[in-house]
Amino acid sequence: MRTHRRTAVWSLALSALLAAVVTVSAGIGPVWIPPADVAQVLLNALVVPTAVEVTGAAVDVTTRPVFRFRVSPIQQQIVMGIRLPRILLAAVVGFALAAAGTIMQGIFRNPMADPSIIGVSSGAAVGAVGFIVVGASLPFGLGLRAAAFAGALVAAFGVYLIATEGGRTPVATLLLAGVAVQTFLGAVVSFLLLNAGESIRRALFWLMGHLKGAAWPEVWSSLALVAVPFALLLVYARDLNVMLLGEEDAQSLGIEVERTKRILLALASLATAAGVAVAGIIGFVGLIVPHVMRLLVGPDHRILLPTSALAGASFLVATDTLARSGSAEVPVGIVTAALGAPFFLYLLRKREVHEL
Amino acid sequence: MSDHSSGPDGHDGEPIPMLSAEDISVSLGGTDILSDVSLSADCGAVVGLVGPNGAGKTTTLRVLRATLSPDSGTVRVAGDPIDGLSSKQVSQRVASTPQATELSFEFTVRQAVEMGRTPHLGRFDRADSGDREVVDGAMERVDVARFADRAVTSLSGGERQRVLLARALAQETPVLLLDEPTSNLDINHAVNTLELVADLADEGKTAVAAIHDLNLAARYCDELVLLADGEVRAAGPPREVLTSPTLRDAFDAETLVTGQPATDAPLVTPLPDREPVDRTVHVVGTGGQAAGAVGRLVAAGATVSAGVVPAGDAAAERAPELDCPVVTVPPFAGVDDGSRERATELAGAADCVVVAGDVGDANQSVVAAADRVVAVAGEGVPAIESPRTTVATVAELPAAVAGLATRDPRPDDGRRVESREQQDR
Repeated sequence: MRTHRRTAVWSLALSALLAAVVTVSAGIGPVWIPPADVAQVLLNALVVPTAVEVTGAAVDVTTRPVFRFRVSPIQQQIVMGIRLPRILLAAVVGFALAAAGTIMQGIFRNPMADPSIIGVSSGAAVGAVGFIVVGASLPFGLGLRAAAFAGALVAAFGVYLIATEGGRTPVATLLLAGVAVQTFLGAVVSFLLLNAGESIRRALFWLMGHLKGAAWPEVWSSLALVAVPFALLLVYARDLNVMLLGEEDAQSLGIEVERTKRILLALASLATAAGVAVAGIIGFVGLIVPHVMRLLVGPDHRILLPTSALAGASFLVATDTLARSGSAEVPVGIVTAALGAPFFLYLLRKREVHEL
Repeated sequence: MSDHSSGPDGHDGEPIPMLSAEDISVSLGGTDILSDVSLSADCGAVVGLVGPNGAGKTTTLRVLRATLSPDSGTVRVAGDPIDGLSSKQVSQRVASTPQATELSFEFTVRQAVEMGRTPHLGRFDRADSGDREVVDGAMERVDVARFADRAVTSLSGGERQRVLLARALAQETPVLLLDEPTSNLDINHAVNTLELVADLADEGKTAVAAIHDLNLAARYCDELVLLADGEVRAAGPPREVLTSPTLRDAFDAETLVTGQPATDAPLVTPLPDREPVDRTVHVVGTGGQAAGAVGRLVAAGATVSAGVVPAGDAAAERAPELDCPVVTVPPFAGVDDGSRERATELAGAADCVVVAGDVGDANQSVVAAADRVVAVAGEGVPAIESPRTTVATVAELPAAVAGLATRDPRPDDGRRVESREQQDR
């Protein structure tokens, strides 16, 4: 009960922080918009359904706006059409990477694990760079993001298969298989880049991670791909706590260890792949955010998982705002690493992170 | 599912053991770890697994808690084969404490103990007040409630071990498996922990514990299973399992098995490795000195007899414990001729007679029958006329007796041991 209340309080506070960060971020850009105006634009977008009409197979929902603030059409267009999709996509990606990082650190019982530990990012990189360099057209009109997403899942599943023998997947084997496959896929990416020619700039930009050119359809599709695994992960949070005791102990406490591990790996990899596919490789969010939150709320995943995810969303929105507000756009992956690494080192010295 | 709370009964009325293992064999990486290990624990029993390092105690416990599947053999809990049960079902019947746990994340003691409730919670359940009562009770019983809100990582090894026991208690299972539950504990907490295990057994729980301290195992276990090289070398009540021959077989070490002063459990005293003294010795004397002499000589490998001693004397008690023939007479009754003759006969047949403690006038003729005598210096040793060797303490007896056997006094023996030949001159 205490855990439940703490979770609610922390989640509400971090949601409020996220809303504040989003509002401020949406005002920042070539045209400055005061946060109060941004807030009015955002509130105008809130709607409530007034009537639902079912005509045959189609469902018609009539909605009514809750607020009717007077806003300038230009500000309306800048916030809703240009800045908000990118901001929300950053939030979704940060949310996914931080949640997946929390889960991976739990599965591997190692605070140094990150969301890509079983090769998700490397697989996505091969898919994306291959798509850019080879310039092949995929069936069904699927593009760069589908290639990256598929590459990510194939790599993660491959690592899982390599590390599994007789129905058991020891985490040590999984870790080593992940490292080996990442190294191999890194070589493939390097080879592709050598032969990239004209497209090398685009490939490098993808590899460094960026959210440029985000639009609403991507926001909705990645939101769906992240929200479903996240909801399921919340259900397994208590099992993951017990798994931290070690797998034999967890089993003697009634956890079906191998099955739980399989489910957690699949869900975390899916969330990571959804994030990486739209944003490229963004390091450090999935490593540092769970770490900081563990210092603040403790190791219980029932509270750690939602708070990490929300904090990750705020973190990536803030860093992406920095990335796009300079004179030239900097890939956000560079910003997260440049800010995250020194902060992490500060924590390491101050709070003795190695004892976690 | 049958009701386990009232204790299992077979169809023919024979009680089924709460936990049993039949012919368990395990090999890991091509090495046989366990071969045909069988054991059983009745409801309310404490069964101790003892044996040298690497004997297979922990592996046996892993098989019993179903975290390791044996290559062959069956484990049954209340008659049900354990491999037919889900992890959750097993965890509702068998709780275990590992030797040590890896905890790299800072859970509090309370959170760690609460995890013991996992088997009783459904996926969407939250712990209710009943669960919290069980957790509080478990922490009280193992004396960790005082640091309920401290991080487990900040505890000492012994405190952490007690937290693990509390977690196992919170599981509320009929069977408890303990892997070296006292290895990191001070003597006070070790005894308290095992007292607690005994109490739990009295309440109807069944416990199987790997315990490396043979004397604690002897004191608190109803039955012992002695493992060595993955095989059961002996099983049964502590008195039958902890004997010098079985311990020599299992540990490859010489031990002296006597009784624990405060309890009736056997007391095992390990002795340093030496060449066995291959002589027959008759011990004359009474009290602690004589009893010590008998113990030391038996432990050193000598064949020992004793007498005449009054019944109830320390030596009269010690000799039968060690399977040595002893001639006793009722206390304060004087020595009758028959007893004296029997003792004299034993002394005559022995390679030497050892005189230790108060001999008494009646035994003079027994000592006189010896053709060699080794005496332990001390009060009450009679100034007998026969040639003899004198040693300062009983600890030196085995060496002195072995020295006699060579008949050639070694130079380094000369300081303390006067040989018979030297005296003859």
